[in-house]
Amino acid sequence: MRTLRFILQKEFRQIFRDKGILRIIFILPIMQLIVLPMAADYEMKNIQIAVTDHDHSDYSRKLISKITASGYFKLVSYDDAFNQSMKQVELDKADLILEIPASFEKELVKEDKASLFIAVNAINGVKGSLGGAYLAAIIRSFNNDVRMDWVQFPRFNPEPQIEVASSNWFNPHMNYKLFMVPGILVLLLTMVGTNLTAINIVKEKEIGTIEQINVTPIKKYHFILGKLIPFWVLGLVVMSLGFVVARVVYGIVPIGSFVTIYVFAAVYLLAVLGLGLLISTYSATQQQAMLVSFFIMMIFVLMGGLYTSIDSMPEWAKWITKFNPVSYFIDVMRLVVLKGSTLADIKQQLLSISAFAVGLNLWAVYSYRKRS
Amino acid sequence: MQHNKAITVENLTKRFGNFTAVDAISFEVDKGEIFGFLGANGAGKTTAMRMLCGLSLPTAGKATVAGFDVFKQNEEIKRNIGYMSQKFSLYEDLTVKENIRFYGGIYGKSNAFIKEKTGYLLQHLHLEKEANVLVKELPLGWKQKLAFSVAIFHEPEIVFLDEPTGGVDPVTRREFWNMIYEAASNGITVFVTTHYMDEAEYCNRVSIMVDGKIEALDTPTGLKQTYHASSMDDVFVQLARKAVRSDG
Repeated sequence: MRTLRFILQKEFRQIFRDKGILRIIFILPIMQLIVLPMAADYEMKNIQIAVTDHDHSDYSRKLISKITASGYFKLVSYDDAFNQSMKQVELDKADLILEIPASFEKELVKEDKASLFIAVNAINGVKGSLGGAYLAAIIRSFNNDVRMDWVQFPRFNPEPQIEVASSNWFNPHMNYKLFMVPGILVLLLTMVGTNLTAINIVKEKEIGTIEQINVTPIKKYHFILGKLIPFWVLGLVVMSLGFVVARVVYGIVPIGSFVTIYVFAAVYLLAVLGLGLLISTYSATQQQAMLVSFFIMMIFVLMGGLYTSIDSMPEWAKWITKFNPVSYFIDVMRLVVLKGSTLADIKQQLLSISAFAVGLNLWAVYSYRKRS
Repeated sequence: MQHNKAITVENLTKRFGNFTAVDAISFEVDKGEIFGFLGANGAGKTTAMRMLCGLSLPTAGKATVAGFDVFKQNEEIKRNIGYMSQKFSLYEDLTVKENIRFYGGIYGKSNAFIKEKTGYLLQHLHLEKEANVLVKELPLGWKQKLAFSVAIFHEPEIVFLDEPTGGVDPVTRREFWNMIYEAASNGITVFVTTHYMDEAEYCNRVSIMVDGKIEALDTPTGLKQTYHASSMDDVFVQLARKAVRSDG
């Protein structure tokens, strides 16, 4: 125990003496937490639309003004020929083309049906498909408006209509920040934890002090604990700061208990720090450690369920996410922050992450060799 | 454990794949002796030393350090030795005092011991004013003397020095050797590698390694007689010329 105290004293001194590291630990995550959720907005605005209007009728103009009035679309061109609208797409100025046929109004009034054509620029897939869906919704609503105008007294409805009303539970206003901010906080914590531990130990390898340590009677687990504990404490501090930012900037207060979050985070941090240790035992230089942790981080981020829903992944990819500690914490964060889940509710995730923590750290201790 | 020799080595061998870095060397080092371990670059000195310190597992042979077996009792060995590597190994971002305290602490020395000995050491090294200066601010010669003092701070039986005076000016080198003599007179066995032949003359006995084998082992005077040489420099050149292994 006494040995551990000496190691901890040394580690904390070194961390607090390195102003660069302190900046990375405290300022960068907070700045990112302020900037990223604002930018990573899933709501599509300013979808550029080009309209080819062969009809030039009252109704076609009504439809167009309804579209632009929705606030989601920006009319970039209004042409007579489809080719001209297409040119806007080719120049990447338009995301969508709406083609209104020449007989639009006539057919709508006389034959009670009309067809429209939507062409989507799918280079930016998300924008294209969301834009197409928004536009379809607006046209549907336009259709209803038109019918309301005609049917003066609805004695009977020739087509039975089913209207689907949905209500969003746990996040009634579908405020995307409510699920983005806790998720991004998880990513930041993971990055800080893994990278710092990995680099810290490899740095000792590079400057040669690790050899001096290896020639002392220091115990392996003392050395590893001495590296883990400081970053574990710092990780919890970063998370606390993150929650302060979430409260002050976004007004997010977890519905569930902070105790639940901190209990999970405490175990989670052990897992990611263990991963950092493991990377460091297999790397000889800081560049190696950086690259390896960068690639692992890419997979963690993209397969963590923050940017793409795990449920919509193919079966094999879902299996991969089971080996991604990030996916568990993002899941837990959302459950606790949005739904107010308790420790009993997240028992399964807590067990899984504990297995990660134990497994990764044992592996790291095992592969750290004092003797080559 | 009862033992008469500080180090005993019998046919100690280390192979990396097909390459035999250390080829069945045998020697003994008496307690309190200053033992010079010479050899050209790549002769296998550092590898041999790392095996004795418990940093590298030997492929074959037998060896004891401070009475402990290098194969099985490497952690016991570590409690009883000090080591100063080629690479400077103090923490540059810690102060002089913090480095001493850290290394004293992890060898399990008491706070009272650390405090008293730190005071003595700083005075002895004339570093009282620099006690709270970061180690990276010190000139190289001072750093090396400090590193040596830290290596023997926990009063080990044996201290291993791997080219401790590389890149140090002659005056500091002289002072450094005075410190080595002082340590030896306090009963610490000194096992030192060097490239400076004048330093070899300061040793009680000297071994010279060529291509992983020990080619000669005697007192400096004895070696000069055997090889009809006027200086250790001469002896070394005669032996090192036989090497077939290239530098590196």
